[in-house]
Amino acid sequence: MASISLRKVVKQYGTGAKANPVIHGVDAEIADGEFVVIVGPSGCGKSTLLRMVAGLEEISGGEIAIGDRVVNEVEPADRDIAMVFQNYALYPHMSVFENMAYGLKIRKLPPEQIRARVDKAAGILELSHLLQRKPRELSGGQRQRVAMGRAIVRDPQVFLFDEPLSNLDAKLRVQTRLEIQKLHRELGVTSLFVTHDQVEAMTLAQRIVVMNGGRMEQFGTPEEVYGRPATTFVASFIGSPAMNLLKGRVDGARFVIGDTALSLPQPAPREGELILGLRPEHALPHDGQAVAADATAWPLKVEMVEMLGAERLVYGRLGDAPFTLRIDGTDAPPQAGASVLLKAPAERLHWFDPATGRRVD
Amino acid sequence: MVERRPALTMLSHLILVLGVLIVAFPLYIAFVASTHTASEIVQAPMPLLPGSHFLETWSAALFGNSGGGSKAPVGQMMWISFASAMIIAVGKIAISLLSAFAIVYFRFPARNFFFWAIFVTLMLPVEVRIGPTYQVVSDLKMLNSYAGLTVPLIASATATFLFRQFFLTVPDELVEASRIDGAGPLRFFRDVLLPLSKTSIAALFVIQFIYGWNQYLWPLLVTTDESMYPVVIGIKRMISGGDAANDWNIIMATALLAMIPPALVVVLMQRWFVKGLVDAEK
Repeated sequence: MASISLRKVVKQYGTGAKANPVIHGVDAEIADGEFVVIVGPSGCGKSTLLRMVAGLEEISGGEIAIGDRVVNEVEPADRDIAMVFQNYALYPHMSVFENMAYGLKIRKLPPEQIRARVDKAAGILELSHLLQRKPRELSGGQRQRVAMGRAIVRDPQVFLFDEPLSNLDAKLRVQTRLEIQKLHRELGVTSLFVTHDQVEAMTLAQRIVVMNGGRMEQFGTPEEVYGRPATTFVASFIGSPAMNLLKGRVDGARFVIGDTALSLPQPAPREGELILGLRPEHALPHDGQAVAADATAWPLKVEMVEMLGAERLVYGRLGDAPFTLRIDGTDAPPQAGASVLLKAPAERLHWFDPATGRRVD
Repeated sequence: MVERRPALTMLSHLILVLGVLIVAFPLYIAFVASTHTASEIVQAPMPLLPGSHFLETWSAALFGNSGGGSKAPVGQMMWISFASAMIIAVGKIAISLLSAFAIVYFRFPARNFFFWAIFVTLMLPVEVRIGPTYQVVSDLKMLNSYAGLTVPLIASATATFLFRQFFLTVPDELVEASRIDGAGPLRFFRDVLLPLSKTSIAALFVIQFIYGWNQYLWPLLVTTDESMYPVVIGIKRMISGGDAANDWNIIMATALLAMIPPALVVVLMQRWFVKGLVDAEK
């Protein structure tokens, strides 16, 4: 087991004038035994970053160290890692046993030791009765487990997962997610997990790396990423539906969006142009009675309501700005065209600088 | 589609039977001819029932005889044909596999140039370059040798192209997985690519074996010694031309013998052959 250090890691394709940078200097320290999820939209460089740790992509700049060893020039096989691929990458002509044993065979382990290791891994993953099957005779979930088994038998210092759940159906995905969590608890191996699914990220991770456009936007626990997003990107990417981001101007105790002025429950961190963030689930609809009396309430003009079962999503506008509100499914739904008054809890407001997109406290 | 109409069934059977007759009748005649003596065949009308000289003719054909034209034993010719067809088929497959492997999996200078160079030779059949090729082979003193018979026919753009296309369908993750497993390029080639391509290899082997066996023009040029004739040339040489009497019974027996090995290869490898053409195991 080992820690992973990324120091100013840069990746670019091509050189000189034609250079096309895709990762712009990522710094991260991943502790021994930690489960870290890299999440971001497609094309943000998250897979590239993982493949650089694996050694499948060259590192254009900076350093990657596994444990105390800088691995920039080390072959993938010698980095003491194991990787689970999105489409499993099982060798189609080999049986499950051979698939799992292949890496060990190349490392010239004695056959009885290979046998023992594969049996043990197969036991953990409940694959023992499938060892003689070929991959094509297995279901998606079973293939997924074989791919994980192949990683486990190598007894690596680091597990790398490249969107391993995206080919599974929704139910199996949840189940496999739990299995991966259980596995990590049992084995305690440092793991890096890439996904574009924020639910996977939130549920699996001890810490999350949020990436966008080749940059690391935030590196923190799921609570931090959700509760104190460092940038507008993180704010809108984590959480569903996305956080409402209102562009406007702070003027004393009021926040002005176009012609509409909203009164703030607590002073903003500074005057001037700012972006106000408020999650749909944190804005509270007022109950009908007290409304007229309360001048601090925000009037939301309702445009559309969606029923999701346990909850309803109310789409509307605060002044000119679009705003989404999440209310309980059992509440009486507001009519389109009606006006709902909102209350914004002071501790739930987030402020961002419109120029940099960074959080302002 | 299952249809039960007796008339239609009859008709289709009739057409098939006619087809079989058209193909099989000449073969039958050849067989009948090989069971008579040379003089019996040339009488009119030609006998249509097998005669009594089967063993005589066939052993004469296999082990050499004393008629006009070439007298080399067919047994040896068959061996030469078989050996060169095998060398051509195996050589072609080996070289094509390796060159396709290089083109698909390695980045080397002028990789595209080499691919296109190979591809362009697709348009140049042996016949087009036969003059210069003959010059090269004869300067290298390879006339009348297995090398002369096979080497110029081994390089194959078609097979290289076929394997290239197949390798391109192998997912990149397999390469990456085997890299992480610690397999070097040749190990990957042997343990992953070869087993995956085995049905294509089998299909190609059938095609190339028959191609090698049926070579006529090239062996005609490079073999001048009777002991190096492949069987196809042997048949030709047995017909002495002019007014000389030909041993048609022996020629027919030889022709039938020459058909057996390719037929065997097709029949025995049929299952693999079809599989290789129809599906790539994934």
